[in-house]
Amino acid sequence: MGPLNDAFIYLLAAVIAVPLAKRLGLGSVLGYLLSGVVIGPGLGLVGSETEDIQHFAEFGVVMMLFLVGLELRPSMLWEMRGKLLGLGGLQVVFSVALLGGAAMAMGVPWQTSLAIGMTLALSSTAIVLQTLGEKSWLKSPAGQSAFSVLLFQDIAVIPMLAVIPLLAVLPSSASIADGHHGSGLDALPGWAQAPVIVGVMVGIVVAGRFLVRPVFRFIAAARLREIFTAAALLLVIGVAILMTKIGLSPALGTFLAGVVLSDSEYRHELEGNIEPFKGLLLGLFFLTVGAGIDFALIADAPGTIFGIAIGIMLVKLLVVLGVGRIFGMRGAPLWLLGLSLAQAGEFAFVLFGFARSSGVIEGDLTRLLILAVAVTMMLTPLLFLFYEHVVAPRSIGEPERPADSIDEHGSAVVAGVGRFGVVVSRMLVANGQRVVVLDHSADRIELLRKIGIKAYFGNATRSDLLEAAGLHEAQLFVAALDDHQKQVELVELVRRQRPDIHIIARAFHYEEVIELERAGAQEVIREVRESAIAAGRQALVAMGVHPFKAERQSRSFRLYDDAIQNDLRAYWTENGMDAAFVSTLRARVAGLSALMESDRLTERHDSTSRGWTPPPKDDNRLLDGLS
Amino acid sequence: MSHVLVLFAHPRADRSEVNTHLARVARETPGVTLVDLYAEYPRFDIDVDAEQRRLVEHDVIVFQHPVYWYSSPALLKEWQDLVLEYGFAYGTEGTALRGKTLISVVSAGAPSHVYTEQGSYNMSLRRFFAPFEYTAQLCGMRYLSPFVLFGAGHSVEEGRLGPHLERYRQLLEALVEERLDLDLAERVDCLATHLGGETSGGIQGSGGMR
Repeated sequence: MGPLNDAFIYLLAAVIAVPLAKRLGLGSVLGYLLSGVVIGPGLGLVGSETEDIQHFAEFGVVMMLFLVGLELRPSMLWEMRGKLLGLGGLQVVFSVALLGGAAMAMGVPWQTSLAIGMTLALSSTAIVLQTLGEKSWLKSPAGQSAFSVLLFQDIAVIPMLAVIPLLAVLPSSASIADGHHGSGLDALPGWAQAPVIVGVMVGIVVAGRFLVRPVFRFIAAARLREIFTAAALLLVIGVAILMTKIGLSPALGTFLAGVVLSDSEYRHELEGNIEPFKGLLLGLFFLTVGAGIDFALIADAPGTIFGIAIGIMLVKLLVVLGVGRIFGMRGAPLWLLGLSLAQAGEFAFVLFGFARSSGVIEGDLTRLLILAVAVTMMLTPLLFLFYEHVVAPRSIGEPERPADSIDEHGSAVVAGVGRFGVVVSRMLVANGQRVVVLDHSADRIELLRKIGIKAYFGNATRSDLLEAAGLHEAQLFVAALDDHQKQVELVELVRRQRPDIHIIARAFHYEEVIELERAGAQEVIREVRESAIAAGRQALVAMGVHPFKAERQSRSFRLYDDAIQNDLRAYWTENGMDAAFVSTLRARVAGLSALMESDRLTERHDSTSRGWTPPPKDDNRLLDGLS
Repeated sequence: MSHVLVLFAHPRADRSEVNTHLARVARETPGVTLVDLYAEYPRFDIDVDAEQRRLVEHDVIVFQHPVYWYSSPALLKEWQDLVLEYGFAYGTEGTALRGKTLISVVSAGAPSHVYTEQGSYNMSLRRFFAPFEYTAQLCGMRYLSPFVLFGAGHSVEEGRLGPHLERYRQLLEALVEERLDLDLAERVDCLATHLGGETSGGIQGSGGMR
């Protein structure tokens, strides 16, 4: 079977199973895992190649951490330092001790036990972050804690990789240098490695700060979408390679790069470009985990494998429940944290493989453990369901996720920040509203960021970019693109994605107002209307009209203008944009000039002409009502 | 010499038969500052600081306007609500207006006899204007009896406007030159009448103006 056939099978399985799983409330991860089981052990459609595909698909985790980094400002990371080191550190230490101890108790040599403990202490970043994100629990206290622990685990992988070769009890089958985790640094003496690592990290930060922005500006100016995508991928892959070269986790490196770029104007565009790749790769990864499950082995020793899997999860759950308590967590959030971190992660596949090739652990035990790890991963979505349907409902009334809703609400997305959009944005920002601004002019974006507006580069008519800018949680959308056709497309797109959002759109002409309304905008403002009326008012004052009368005239003109728009609107619904429409417009405008000439404007439409009129002089019975 | 500030409020100056003439008299009298509130703030965006500065610089404040529903046009009410702030006009720290004088110069549609105990309203216009009087009181200002042109709609035809304008000019001059007996002007029910209006018995020359 060629690679196209494989791709077809994987994609077909995903397309059928994942929406179904989501519909059933199981989450996408379980959907992927189950469809993996179906196409692998179930139907035998895919087989031996899954392991290679899995290595490739692990890159999805790298991309995911890049995206997580993009969401996380350095200041937020700094705020998390307590949880990161404390919660994460204690979770890893206790898990290693207990899991390793358990292995020793079963008669495994201590070196092997330590390697097993370290490997199983790690949880699955892919499953946990994906699920927490999907259920929008990532910003809750439990989600933040889970993230801290996962991040610490990612960092902890580095010393683990260094320690494992030292634990060899068997003749090593491969030297570190030609294993796939060998790094170019091994040639250097130990004392020289540290400065190089630090240097590379600093290099990433500096390049992210000063080099990436001008480069992306240059690329953006070319206005070629695929080149921007290519550049984004290049960035992620480049960082990953660099990190592998110096023997660090590529996920950690891209995470760092993400954090550095988190306050750059290209953040949303990068997110929009990387997101689909990450999603596909992660999905592929989950599929391969499902497909790689060896049911024959499970059938041989079901008790052993499920016993190990459940044992691992129980130990990890208890460790987190204990450590979380130290950090002041109680009730439902603590349970969510414990249940979500109970599984062993994708790093286990890598570390066990590495440990075996280093002669730390024998082949049969490795196969057994890898299977147990896969089972814990399969069980994790069930634990989330358990939390969602059993734990969470019981704890209603506990202040579980206060940060969640407050943080997400009251934001506005403004597309297009020329003269018009910029005023709207400034007014919103000045009144303390959260505003995300999108524009395709890199210069303008730079200018806005200088005056403190959150502005991002990108084509607003792309749904992935709108999503990345937070359309799904915004309360208001302002469409202010210069090109009317794009403007209509944009409003239609936003209305489709968010039937409930409030949309304000800018138009130039009367007929554009109607088109935008029909596209789904609640309010359409003609750009020159207010400014022209203001100029008209000042013109009247300059001609000697009393300022308050000029003001009243400008107000009545506004009403008259509304009336014209209404007439046209009525016409439009019947006839669309046709000759009759145009002639109506002409007639109205001609009528307007005639009206103005004869000063009948005041009489007919100036409601203020009735204002402040004294009673007729000859009415002598005015006071008769009073006695 | 006193500085007199006339705050003129009329939303339809183009229709006015009385008040624009009164405003012109005020504008032409030396020592009097005339402010056309509707011209200055057509969009009701009153500059509170500027208005407060103006108040501090003057000794006598005149509210000049037609009577609309037993009170002033909307902008003058807005002006009071915004300018007479706590800490400026009233409150322990709000002493900026203390000792100044406030007077209402108004035109009323109904004839004078309506605004009497025996008339259809059963009370004087001054009693209708209690809100202004108590506002002045809270700000530590002296409130003079209103200077009213009754039956304003017929004043031109009946030849009463000319004499009224002349009395207004005299009133303003007396205020500027501090010749008005403020105690008496505070006590009387209607200042215009006492200054020699339709009903006789004016205070002018008989101790009303010193």
